[in-house]
Parts: sequence; C-alpha cells; structure tokens
Amino acid sequence: MTPILELQAVTVSFDGFLALNQLDLKLEAGELRAVIGPNGAGKTTFLDVITGKVRPSSGQVLFKGKPLIGKPEHHIARLGIGRKFQTPRVFEKLTCRRNLELAVAKGSSPVKLLLKPLTIELRERVQQLLLLVGLGAHDQQLAGGLSHGQKQWLEIAMLVAQDPELLLVDEPVAGLSDEETIHTAALLKELSGSHTVLVIEHDMDFIRDLQAPVTVLHEGHVLCEGPMDQVQADPRVIDVYLGREEDQP
Amino acid sequence: MNLVNTSMPRKLIFRYLPFLVFVCIALILPLLLPPFRLNLLGRFLSLGIVALGIDLIWGYTGLLSLGQGIFFALGGYALGMHLQLQNLAPGELPEFFGLYGVKTMPAFWQPFNSGIFTFFAIWIIPALVAGILGFLVFRNRIKGVYFSILTQAALLVFYNFFNGQQRLINGTNGLKTDTARFLGELVGSDGMQRNLYLLTVLVLFLAWLLCKWLIRGRFGDALIALRDDEQRLRFTGYNPTAYKTLVFVIAGALAGISGALYTVQSGIVSPQFMAVPFSIEMVIWVAVGGRGTLVGAILGALLINFAKSLISEQLPETWLFIQGALFLLVVTALPDGLVGWWRNGGPNHLLAMLGRAPKAATYPSLDLDPELKS
Repeated sequence: MTPILELQAVTVSFDGFLALNQLDLKLEAGELRAVIGPNGAGKTTFLDVITGKVRPSSGQVLFKGKPLIGKPEHHIARLGIGRKFQTPRVFEKLTCRRNLELAVAKGSSPVKLLLKPLTIELRERVQQLLLLVGLGAHDQQLAGGLSHGQKQWLEIAMLVAQDPELLLVDEPVAGLSDEETIHTAALLKELSGSHTVLVIEHDMDFIRDLQAPVTVLHEGHVLCEGPMDQVQADPRVIDVYLGREEDQP
Repeated sequence: MNLVNTSMPRKLIFRYLPFLVFVCIALILPLLLPPFRLNLLGRFLSLGIVALGIDLIWGYTGLLSLGQGIFFALGGYALGMHLQLQNLAPGELPEFFGLYGVKTMPAFWQPFNSGIFTFFAIWIIPALVAGILGFLVFRNRIKGVYFSILTQAALLVFYNFFNGQQRLINGTNGLKTDTARFLGELVGSDGMQRNLYLLTVLVLFLAWLLCKWLIRGRFGDALIALRDDEQRLRFTGYNPTAYKTLVFVIAGALAGISGALYTVQSGIVSPQFMAVPFSIEMVIWVAVGGRGTLVGAILGALLINFAKSLISEQLPETWLFIQGALFLLVVTALPDGLVGWWRNGGPNHLLAMLGRAPKAATYPSLDLDPELKS
C-alpha cells in the first residue's frame, strides 16, 4: 500500500544552515503519529515543506504517491492536507461561527462564496463542530475575544472543518490546562483512523496520552522512531534532550 | 406596557432611517442649494464612489493602494473623449488636435463615438487595467508597503504618459467637457448639472448597495480574513490571488465610474486626476471617515472635500496644514476614523472626559416586564 505521506531525503537549507537534512519519513493512512524534538530540530520547517510554504533544496514529498513540491499552498490544502499552526491563528475579527464557515467551504472561488449560500449540511457541520469544541455559546463572539485555550480549540475545529485526509497539528496543547489537554488528546485519537494525524508537541504527558508511535527529530533528520517508552529509554534521545543543550540554536 | 411588540418595527425604522434621511436630503437639496454649491456636492458625492472602492481594498482587504487615481482618470478620460466627439461635423476633429497639426484622429478615439461603448468603457477599461496590474502584483505576493509603492509608481507612469501625449489626448491641458453638448444640452448648464447630481446620488447609492452585498456574507469574511491572516487563509485552501484581484478590479471599476461623474461635474479631465497627492487624499478621506465602514468612506470624502472648499475660500494657504493635522489626529487618536469612533462609543468617552459620565446601560425591557417583576 502506498503510504499517505512520504518524505524522501528532504533537505532544506536556509543560507547554508540545514533546517532539514536528508529527512525520510513515512505515514500510513489512518495513522496517528507524534513528532518530538528539541528546539530548532526542524519540526516546523518539516510542516512548512509538506504544506508548500518552504521549498526544499532537494528531496521529494509524496502525498498518496503524488509529488507535492512546487504546488502552491492552497492547492496542497485542497488536496486534503490541513494544518494547525504553532500559535493559534484564527481570524480574530470574525465570529467563531464565521471562522468555521470559511473553513468548511475550503478553497471556494470568490464567485462561489458570493453567489452560493452555505448548504444545510455544511451549516449543520459548523454547528456540530462548535458544540464539539465547546464554543456553542460563543458562536457569535469575535474570535479575537476568546481565551487562548478557546482559540486553540477553534483552530482545531477549523482544521477538522476542512475535513482533510491528513492533519498536521503543530503544538495543539501549548498553553492549555490539563483538562483541556486530555480533551485534545481524546479528540485527536478519535480523528485518527478516519484521518491521518501528525502531531508535533513538547508535552511528554500529552504524547504518552496519545499512545502513538513517536518520531524524534534532531538537527533536521530522524533520530529514532518507535513507541514512547522505547524512545524515552533511547540513550541518543536522552543525550539530545538533556545532555547537549548548549548546542541548540 | 407593550415594549417588546413595538421594538421590532422601531428596529426596522432605525435600520433604514439613515437611508431614508440620505435619500430625502439628496432629493431636497437641489431645491435649496444654489447651483454652484449643488455642483460641489455632486462632485464630492461622486468622489464618495472612489472612496467606497478604496474602503473595499484597504479597509476590508488590507491593500493600501496609492494608485486609484489611475482608474479614476481612465473613467474620466473615457467619458471626456466621448463628449469631445459630440456634435462634430462629419470629418471634423476635436478642436485641440488642430493645435498640434494632427489631421487624422488616432484610431483608439473611434470607438468612443459610440455612447454604448463609452458607457461600458467607463468602468471596464479601469477594471481591465486593475485586473492586469493586480494579477501580476498579487500573484507575486507583493503586499504591504511594497504594494503601496508599486501602485504609486504605476500612478506616476500613467501621469507622465498622459502629460506627455499632446497629440493623442491633449497632454497637460486635458479634455474640457463643460462646453460639450450631450443630448443637445450643454453639459455645463445648470439643468444638466442638476440631472448629473441626481444621477450621482443614484449611482453612489447603487455602489453602496454593491459594496454592502459584497461584504456582508462569506465573501466579505474572506476579505477580512485575507487582511488579518493571509497565510492562514491560504492553508485553508483559498487562493488569495483570485480574491485580491477581484476586489481590486471592483475598486478599479468604481474608481472609473467615480472619475467619469466627477469629470462631467467639474468640466474637465486632465492628468491632474493622476497626480500623486490626489490619490493619497483619497486614502485620507477613507481614513478620516473610518476604514472598514462603508458609510465612513462616503462621509470622509464629503467632509474633507467640503472642509477643503470652505477653508480654501477663506484661508487658501492653510488647507494643506489642516489636512495634514487632521490625518495625524485620525491616525493617532481615532485609528478607526470618525464612524469607527462613533460606533465604539466615542461620544460617551468624550462626555466622560468632560465629567459627564453617561448613564450605565440597562435593560428597560426587562425592568418593565411585569412577568419578571413577580
């Protein structure tokens, strides 16, 4: 079976600094995968390459066997790759409902947005998502007025609203309370299976909660892969995370 | 007490009251104002149309164009050329061609003989130019201050070109329209000017409706999303180039219509319409009135231009200083402009500053509800 996402020897160089160095990675459809790594390991660049924001200097990115490199961001998004950013990015001057209404209509042309009203199914979907992330009572509130946690959840809801096959989630629980973190883990676990989910996170408890295989990135390449317990016991991982902090940019 | 039942129609009245007032005033004024003032009002109302376009691209979409004068002037020239060709004997050329010894009319003048062609040219030519310029700029992801500089540079190119082309379009002198005849009547006559005023009111109203329709739904949401976080919208699958180009085209078309109406009411179209300060002034109108509010754009255009004409009549030297001061005041103290300030409870803040705290908001419908009292 073709993996849903495959990175082959991807290298990204920023003025000589190798943000990604011969990175290889495979994701099977329906998989839930966690990616960890120290600061500067290239985690966000890795997402930038997949979503088309950064063009690698060499290597290949395949989505369902088709190359992604060179496609503009909105094409990649329409192919079925959704992304949540590290800091919550929602449209602050729009209400929660309208944020989601834009997200469910993923990639409509201007003419379609102007002339075609939102279908009843999509309208219901927006309502379900609002309830799912606990924003039902805040639907008419401007997203800019939400708390940090609510914004994180709204952005996750927007991501789900796009109904992508592959969800790239960058630090979804940063700044969330313990309870919210548990909810988020449950939500992501629920999404996996029907979707492929890749989560980048620093929060080890959260990752353990996900019960997902872990990929450790270090200096732009994969250091090791495996279940959480195995990865945590790996001396190289301990070395990278604990012992060599002075090397981190 | 039957407050709940009366509040609905009252709400409706409040909602449409501004338009009723606007239409009434617009229709009564021709009876009250002397022709000179009415003509000024008509000109300023037509400037409100270009301001609406700027509000769309800047206030909603976050693209600060300093080149709207291009589209404004193109609309003006289209109509100006048509009027130059009216009431000519067969084979006769517009007068100015004689000054430069031009014997045959340049080919691009020919279609402007047709009224129908001109009607479309007024807004389609500016829209096309905006579309080409916009597509190239937006596709290359030029934005922010670079976009502003680029539009200003484009403006200068057009300005210099039109200034230099005596033999094509009478260069610096421009095209006069007030001595031309349209449907047998002198364009500069009081009767014609009054009709043009009414036409301007109508077109402004339609332009406002168009903008309102554009921004009220999800298309408007997408514009705001583009302004606030383009990258996010891109990753949601939207193509910003399409949206930006479309909205730039609409603003260009509005500018063209505005320019045509302004031309016939001021009696001349000249390259001065593409002067750099004029396009910056357009932006100032919107900033002062309140960007992101359609009414604000119109109001700003009216207020500043009336202030300009009144103050220039009394103290001609001071206007530029006052305009500069006004702009600084708005940028520093009223970033949302007058309308934004009003909507954000500005009058109450002012009262509070003067020591008259406003009454706290209460819910009279709840206070007076007999069911809740028991």
